[in-house]
Amino acid sequence: MSTLTITDLHVTVETEQGPREILRGVDLVINSGETHAVMGPNGSGKSTLAYTIAGHPKYTVTKGSIDFDGQDVLAMSVDERARSGLFLAMQYPVEIPGVAVSNFLRTAKTAIDGKAPPIRTWVKDVKQSMSDLRMDPSFGERSVNEGFSGGEKKRHEIVQLDLFKPKMAVLDETDSGLDVDALRVVSEGVNRVKEETGLGVLLITHYTRILRYIKPDFVHVFVNGRIAEEGGPALADRLEAEGYDRFTETADA
Amino acid sequence: MTQKSSAEHSPAAFYNADALPPVQTRRERLSAYSIDELNPVSSRSAEWRFSPLDRIEKLTSGDRDGSEIPAVYDITGAASVNHVPMSDPLVGRCGCPEEVASALAWHDAKNALIVTASAQDASEVWITRESLGGSARAGHTVIDVAPFAKTTIVFDNRGDALLSENVEIYVGESAQVVVVNLQQWNPSAVHLASHFCRISANASLTHAVITLGGGVVRINPTAHLAENAGSATLLGLYTADAGSHIESQVFVNHDAPNTVSRVSYKGALRGAGARTVWIGDVLIGREATGTDSYEQNRNLILAEGARADSVPNLEIETGDIVGAGHASATGRFDDEQLFYLRSRGITEHEARQLVVRGFLNEVLALVPVPRVQAIVHDALDEALEEVTA
Repeated sequence: MSTLTITDLHVTVETEQGPREILRGVDLVINSGETHAVMGPNGSGKSTLAYTIAGHPKYTVTKGSIDFDGQDVLAMSVDERARSGLFLAMQYPVEIPGVAVSNFLRTAKTAIDGKAPPIRTWVKDVKQSMSDLRMDPSFGERSVNEGFSGGEKKRHEIVQLDLFKPKMAVLDETDSGLDVDALRVVSEGVNRVKEETGLGVLLITHYTRILRYIKPDFVHVFVNGRIAEEGGPALADRLEAEGYDRFTETADA
Repeated sequence: MTQKSSAEHSPAAFYNADALPPVQTRRERLSAYSIDELNPVSSRSAEWRFSPLDRIEKLTSGDRDGSEIPAVYDITGAASVNHVPMSDPLVGRCGCPEEVASALAWHDAKNALIVTASAQDASEVWITRESLGGSARAGHTVIDVAPFAKTTIVFDNRGDALLSENVEIYVGESAQVVVVNLQQWNPSAVHLASHFCRISANASLTHAVITLGGGVVRINPTAHLAENAGSATLLGLYTADAGSHIESQVFVNHDAPNTVSRVSYKGALRGAGARTVWIGDVLIGREATGTDSYEQNRNLILAEGARADSVPNLEIETGDIVGAGHASATGRFDDEQLFYLRSRGITEHEARQLVVRGFLNEVLALVPVPRVQAIVHDALDEALEEVTA
C-alpha cells in the first residue's frame, strides 16, 4: 500500500516577466489501487502538476510538500523519484536519436530495480508488452520515440508503465492525439497494469472520453492552479454535459 | 570566427600575395604538384585558416622520410598489396594536391603502396599502422578497385605519428567499396591526409573517418563522382579530447548525371579546449543532372572552452537535380532528453552517456564493418566514462 500526498503545493515558472505562479495551493491524496482524474481547461496547471511530481527543473516549488510513503519527494532528484516507484507518462515523449528502444527499456529497468532483469524472461516480457500495446516488435530496434506517430509514442509510454511496474503513475494527457482504437488499446494497457500491480493512477485529461475506458474513483476539477471541485465519477458526467464554463466564469469573477 | 575588418576582406589583403586570385568557389581552387603554384600555408588561406599551423610545421616545411610506412596487412579474399615507384601509371589517376602539405607528401613519398582488389571474390584488407614513431613521414597509397569488385579496406591507426599522406581511391565501374580510417593515435600524434576518391559508373563508395585519438588529425576526403550513377557516402565520427584538433574538409564533386552523395559527420567535444573543424563543400556541376545530395555535420559540446567550426557550402551549376540539402548544428546536451531518461530512473551520468552514445551511434551504424563497430563501441565505453559536463 502506497500513498502519494500533495499538500498546499505552490509552483512557479520563470518567464521573461519574472516568476509566474501556476499552482496555487493543491491538495491531493492518492492511494494504491485508486484512480484520480484531474480534469480542467487548458492552462489550468494540470501538466505543471504532472511535471512537478516528476521533478522537471523548469518548475520551482515555492510552498507545500509532496510525500510518497514517508519520503520527501521534493528533496529527491528526478531519477530518484522514478526509482522510488513514481512514473510519468508524458504528453510529449522526447525523441532520443541513436538510442534503441530495447536498450533504453533494459537500461531503465536495470536502474529502477537496481539489478539487470534476467535476460530470458525480460525479452519475453518486452515482446508480450509490445504485443499487448499493438507495437510491432521492430520498434525495439528503432531510436526512442524518433519518427514515432503520436499514438505510437503514447503506446510506448504505456509499454514502459507495464514493464517498469511503478507504484504510482501520472498519466499526462495520455489520451490526446489518440484515435478511438488507440485510446482503447492504451486504456486496456493501463487497466491491465492496475489489476496486476495495484497501481495508483493520477489521470490528467482535458476530455472525459478516456474515462469511459479507465474508470476514475475520484474526479478533481482543476481551475486556475487549484482544485475547484471534487467528486465521484458523476462529476465527470456533469462536465461532459456542461463543460468548464461555470468554473472559469467563477475564476474570472 | 573572430570578426575581421572589412579592409582585410578585400582580396589582396585576404591572400596577402601579389597575384593570387581569391578562391571564391571550390571549383576554382588551385591544384598542382608544385608548392610554388599553391597558396602559401597561412592562417589567411582558405585551406589553412582553421588549422593549428605551429603544430603541423614539420609537415608543411622541411624534410620528411618518404620510405615505406611500417604496417601489418591482414588480407582475406581477392586482394593484394605491393609497392611501386611514384612514376607508376596507377599513381595520380584520382586527383592532384590542392594544398602544400599534400603536394610535399606527394613529392617526398619514394614509392606508393598499392592495394588491389579484384572482382573474383569479395575481399577485406586490414592495415594496422602502429609503429610509425614520432619522426616526420610522408606516404602515398593507391587503392585500386577493379570493376564489379566488392572490398573493404580498413586503416587501423594507433601509436605515435607525425605523418602526411595522400590516399587515392579508384573505384571501378559497379564496384562496391568501403574504406574506413580509424584513428586511435596517441595524444601527441599529428596526421594530415588528403584522400582522392574517384567513383566510376554505377559504383558506390562508403568512406568513413573515425577519429577517437590524436593531437592534430586533419583528414580531407574528396569524392569525385566522375561517371553516371555513382554514389558516395562520406561518414565522420570523432571525439575530441582536451588539446586535440580534429579537422575534416570534405568535398563532393558531382560531375556526372544521376550521382548520389550523403555526407554525415558527427562529433563529441569532450575535453576542455577541444577543437573541431568541418568544412563540407558540395559542387553540383553542369553535367550533373539528376544529382541527389545531402550533407550534415552535428557537434555535441561536452566541455568548457571547446569549439566546433562547421561550414557547409553548396555550389549548384544545374537546376535539374533531385535534391541538394545541408544541415549543421552544434550544441550542448538537450535538457529534455536528459529529463526523459532520468524520469525513467536512469542516473544523470548514465543518461548523458546514453545520449552521447546514441548521437554517435547514428553514424557508426552506417559503417558496414562489424569489427570496426565493435572496436569503436568499446573505445567509446572507455572514453565516455568521464563525460559529465
